[in-house]
Amino acid sequence: MEKLQYGIGLMPDLSTHGHGIDQLIYFLHGFMLLLFVGWGIFLAYTLIRFRARAGHKANYESLKSKLPKYAEVAVVAFEVFLLVGLSMPVWNSYKSDPPDEKEALRVRVVGQQFAWYIHYAGEDKKFGRTDSKLISDFNPLGIDSKDPASEDDFYSLRNFNLPVGKPIIAEITSKDVIHSFGVPVLRVKQDATPGITVPIWFTAKETGEFEIICSQLCGIGHSTMGGKVHVQKPEDFKKWWDEQERPYKKSTASL
Amino acid sequence: MSLDLIKYIEEPHPLTGITNSKLAMWLFLATEVMLFGGLFSAYIILRVGAPDWPHGSEYLNVPLATANTMVLIISSVTMVMSWASLAMKSLPKFKFYMTMTILLACVFLVIKYIEYSHKFHLELYPSTNNFFGIYFTLTGLHGLHIIGGILVNTYFLLTANKSWAEHPKMFTGRIEAAGLYWHFVDLVWIFLFPVLYLL
Amino acid sequence: MSQDHHHQELGFIQKYIFSVDHKVIGVQYGVTALIFLFLGFCMMMLMRWQLAYPGEEVPILGGLLGSGWLPDFMSAGDVDASTYNTLGAMHGTVMIFLGVVPLGVGAFGNYLVPLQVGAPDMAFPKLNAASYWTYFAGGVVMMLGFFMPGGAANSGWTSYPPLSIFASNGQTVWLVGMVLLITSSLLGSVNIIVTIIQLRAPGLSFFKLPFFVWAQLVTSFILLLAFPPLEAAGVLQLMDRVAGTSFFLPTGLVQSNMPLEIAGGGNSLLWQHLFWFLAHPEVYVLILPAIGIVTEIVVNNTRKPLYGYKTLVYSGIFLGFMSFLVWAHHMFMTGMGETMSDFFQVTTMIISIPSVVVLTVLIITLWGGSIRFNVPMLFAVAFLPMFAIGGLTGLPLGLTASDIYFHDTYYVIGHFHYVVAPGTLFALFAGIYYWYPKVVGRKMSSFWGKIHFWGSLISINLVFFPMLLQGISGLNRRMYDPTFYEHGASIQSLNVIISYAAWALGLVQLIFILNFFLSIKFGKKVGDNPWQATTLEWATPTPPPHGNFLSEPTVYHGPYEYSVPGRTEDYLPQHVQA
Ligand code: HEM
Ligand SMILES: [Cu+2]
Ligand SMILES: [Cu+2]
Repeated sequence: MEKLQYGIGLMPDLSTHGHGIDQLIYFLHGFMLLLFVGWGIFLAYTLIRFRARAGHKANYESLKSKLPKYAEVAVVAFEVFLLVGLSMPVWNSYKSDPPDEKEALRVRVVGQQFAWYIHYAGEDKKFGRTDSKLISDFNPLGIDSKDPASEDDFYSLRNFNLPVGKPIIAEITSKDVIHSFGVPVLRVKQDATPGITVPIWFTAKETGEFEIICSQLCGIGHSTMGGKVHVQKPEDFKKWWDEQERPYKKSTASL
Repeated sequence: MSLDLIKYIEEPHPLTGITNSKLAMWLFLATEVMLFGGLFSAYIILRVGAPDWPHGSEYLNVPLATANTMVLIISSVTMVMSWASLAMKSLPKFKFYMTMTILLACVFLVIKYIEYSHKFHLELYPSTNNFFGIYFTLTGLHGLHIIGGILVNTYFLLTANKSWAEHPKMFTGRIEAAGLYWHFVDLVWIFLFPVLYLL
Repeated sequence: MSQDHHHQELGFIQKYIFSVDHKVIGVQYGVTALIFLFLGFCMMMLMRWQLAYPGEEVPILGGLLGSGWLPDFMSAGDVDASTYNTLGAMHGTVMIFLGVVPLGVGAFGNYLVPLQVGAPDMAFPKLNAASYWTYFAGGVVMMLGFFMPGGAANSGWTSYPPLSIFASNGQTVWLVGMVLLITSSLLGSVNIIVTIIQLRAPGLSFFKLPFFVWAQLVTSFILLLAFPPLEAAGVLQLMDRVAGTSFFLPTGLVQSNMPLEIAGGGNSLLWQHLFWFLAHPEVYVLILPAIGIVTEIVVNNTRKPLYGYKTLVYSGIFLGFMSFLVWAHHMFMTGMGETMSDFFQVTTMIISIPSVVVLTVLIITLWGGSIRFNVPMLFAVAFLPMFAIGGLTGLPLGLTASDIYFHDTYYVIGHFHYVVAPGTLFALFAGIYYWYPKVVGRKMSSFWGKIHFWGSLISINLVFFPMLLQGISGLNRRMYDPTFYEHGASIQSLNVIISYAAWALGLVQLIFILNFFLSIKFGKKVGDNPWQATTLEWATPTPPPHGNFLSEPTVYHGPYEYSVPGRTEDYLPQHVQA
C-alpha cells in the first residue's frame, strides 16, 4: 500500500471507470488551451496591427473573409465531438451499466450531520428493514431488529471497508440535510438527499486508504465531514468482515 | 424637452397599438403567470410524489367556494362596466360599478375568512400536511392579490373626480389596466377552484 | 430649456434623494451598488484570512470582534466555521443581488437607456424611484440579518433546503430581503422594457438601437420571467420556516437521531429546480449588460462600424431564450436520469455557441480599425480574454462526465468568477470610465486609470487562476478549513498567494475610489461628446438636464457609423443628417 502523492494536478485515479473521465478532462483542457492561445495570439496581433497612429485610418468596410465562420463551425464541431464522442459515452456507460448483482457488494451509505454511516447487508445480502421512527443514538440507522434480514447486518461509522477489484454498489441517501458522497480518488460523487436513495457503483483498482469528502454544504461541520475508504485485499477484507459484530443478532437483541 | 413629453401615456403607440401603462400591465401579468406557474408546478410535483393525496372536496367547502367563484365572476363584470362607463363618459356610473367591484371583492374575502376560520377550528393548519400547506399558500397569496386590487381600486375611486377632470383619457386607460389585473386575479381563482377543491 | 428654472425650486431632497429623474436614480443605484460591492469584498477578505491561515485570529479586527462592537456571531476573534458559512452565503448574495445586477441593470440601464433611445425619461419615473427604494430596503434588510441571533443566512447563496429550513432566523431575513429585491427588479425591468418599446425617438427603429439597449431589453425580459419562480420558491421556503409546512421536507427526517415533528411528504430537489430556473438565467443578467457596455466601447474606440450587428442581436436573444433551458446542469450530481442529463448537457453546449459568436463579432470588429487605447478601452479589451477563460472553463462543468470530478470544487469558483469578476466587473469599470464624463462633465484621470487597470488585471488573475488549479487538484469549495484533508494541505501555498493577491486587488481599488471622487472636482473638463461617439446620449448637454434633450432628436442612421467614407470627421452621430 503506497502512500498517495498529492499536489497541483488531478488527484490519482484508482477506479476502473475513472480513466474515461480523466481522458475527457485532459482532452478538454488541451482543446481549451489551444483555442485560447490561438485566439489570444490573433487578438494581440489585431490590437497591435490596428493601433491608432499617425497616418493610419480605420476601414469602414468590415472583414469579408469567411474565416471566422469556419472557425466557429470548427469549434462547434469539436464541441459535438466532446459531447457525443467523449462525455455521453463515459457518463452513460457509467450510469446505465450497473454491475452484476451477484458479483457485486451492495452497501447503503447514509449521511448525517456530520458523519457517514456504511450499512452492510451481511451474508444474506439483504438489508434489514429500516424505519426512520426507529432511529436513536443506539440505532442510528433505524434498523428493525424484528426483521430476520437484519440479523447479520452491521454498520460502520466514517470507515468504508471494501475489497479491491470487486464491483461495489452503494445506495446513497441522507437522514437530515443534503450531503454529497465524494471520493475523488475513485472518481465518485453523488448527492445524498434525504427522502431519495440513489445507487452508484464503482470498482477500486488498487488497495489503499482514501478520503471521503462531503461535497455539498451541509452546515457547520461541513468542512470536516470526512471519512476513510479502506480498499483491502480480498483476504484482508474477509478477515475484517468476519470480525465485525452483528448488533441485531437475535441472541444479542433479546438480551 | 419637457417631461410632459413622455409619450403614449394617453395615446396608443402607432406600432404597438397600446399605451405605456397597458403594456406595463401585460408585462406585469407575465410575471404573475410565472409566479403562479411556479407554484402550480410545485403543486404538481408534490402531488405526483405523494403516496396519497386527499381529495379536496372531502376537506374543503365546495358550496362556499362555488359561491365565491360567482362573486368574483360578477365582480369582473362590474369591473368591465366601470371601465365602459368611463368610455361612455359617465363618471357617476363609473363610481357605482367601481364601488360594486370593491364590495364584491370584500364579500369574497369575508367568505374566505369564514372558510379559513372553520379550518382552524378543525385544527387544520398549513403544517397539517402538504395538501393544506399548498391550499393555504395558494389561496393566501391569491387573497393578497385581492387585497392589492381592493386598495388600488379604492384609490382610483377616491381620486376619480380629480383625475377625471384633469386627464380623462389617462384615467380611462388606468382603469382599463386595473381591469386587466382584476380579470387576471379572477382567472387565477378559476384555476385554483377546481385544482384545490375538486380534483 | 424652460425646465431649468422650474427645477431650481426643487429642494436638495427632492432633487437628489427622492428624485424621479432616471439619471439621478441611475447614479443612486450606482453608488449604492458600489458600496455593496465593497462590503461583499470585505466579507471575502475575512474569509480569505481564514483560508490562508486557518484558525488564526484575524489581525486588528479580531480584537474588535471580541469586544462586543460587532454582531455577536463573530465574537470568537477568528473566523470559525459558522462565521465562515455566514460570510460565504452573504458574499455571494451581496455580490450578485446587491452589487453587480444593480450596477449593470439599475445604474447603467437607468442612466443610459432613456438617453440612448432619445426619451426624456423612463416611461414611469415614479415607478423607477419606487424600484430603487425597494432595492435599498432589500439591501438594508439583508444587512440586518447580520444582527440576528445566530447571524445572517449561512446556507450558501443557493439556500438549499432542508439545511436552509433548519438554519437560524437570519435565513428568514434573507428570504424577506430576496422578496424585496425581486420586487425591485420586476418593477425595474417592466420600466426598461416599456421605455425601449414605446419611447424610442422618431426614426429609431429596433435595428438602429445601440447594442447596449438590446442587451438591456433581453436582460429585462430574463429578469421578468425568471425571477417570479424564485419568488414562488421563496414563498414556499418561508412557509416551511414560518408556518411549519413541509414543501421541501421529505418524510422521515431525523436530526441528531431525533425524528422531526413534521408532516413530511415534501421534496428537497423541488427547491433546486425552482432556484436554478432563476439562477442560471441570472448569469446572463450579469453578463449581458457587460457585453452591451463592452460593445459600445470597443466600437467607439475602434472607429469603425460593428461587424455583424444583427448576428450579435440575434445571439443575444438566443442566449436569453436558451438560458431558460439549461438550469439543471447545476444538478448533475443529484442523481438525475440519463435522458435528463443528456438533455441538459446538449442545451449547455448549444448555449455556448452564441457566446462564441459574441466574442468572434467583437474581435473581428477590431480588425481593420484604428484602435485607441484609452482607459475604458483597456478594460473593455481585457474583458474579452477574461470572459473567454470563464466561458471555456464552463465546458468541463457542463459535460457530466468531467463534472463528476469538478462539481463543488474550486474549479467552479474559478470558472464563474472569471465570468463575473474579471469579466463583468471589468466591463462595469470600463462603463464607469466611459460614461463618467457625461454624468460629471469631467474625465477621470487616465494616468491613475491605467494604473488601476494594470494593477487589477494582474492581481485579479493571481486571485482566480490559482483557484482553477485548486479545483483541478481536488479542493472543495465552501470549506472553512482547506487544510483538513491531505490533498488540500499539500497545496495550501496557493491559498496564501491568493490572499496576498486579493489584498493587492483591494489596494488597487483604492486608487479607483480616489480617482472617482477627486475627478468630480479636479478631472479634466470635457465637452458634450468627448469620445467622438455616435449614439444619442452624447447629443445631450453635459450633464444632461432633467428631461434630457433640448429638443426631441430624430434618428437618421444606425448606431455605429464610424469612418464613413467621404466625411472629414470619422464619426456620424445618429441624429445628424448626413
Ligand atoms: C473580486 C473579488 C472576489 C473575490 C476575491 C472572491 C472570492 C470568492 C471565493 C474564494 C469564494 C469561495 C468561498 C468558498 O467556497 O468557501 C467565493 C464565492 C462566491 N462568490 Fe466571490 N469573489 C469575488 C467577487 C465576486 C463577485 C463580483 C461575485 C458576483 C457577482 C461573486 C460571487 C460569488 C458567489 C455567488 C459565490 C458562492 C457563494 C456560495 O458558495 O454560496 N464573487 N468568492
Ligand atoms: Cu455533509
Ligand atoms: Cu448555469
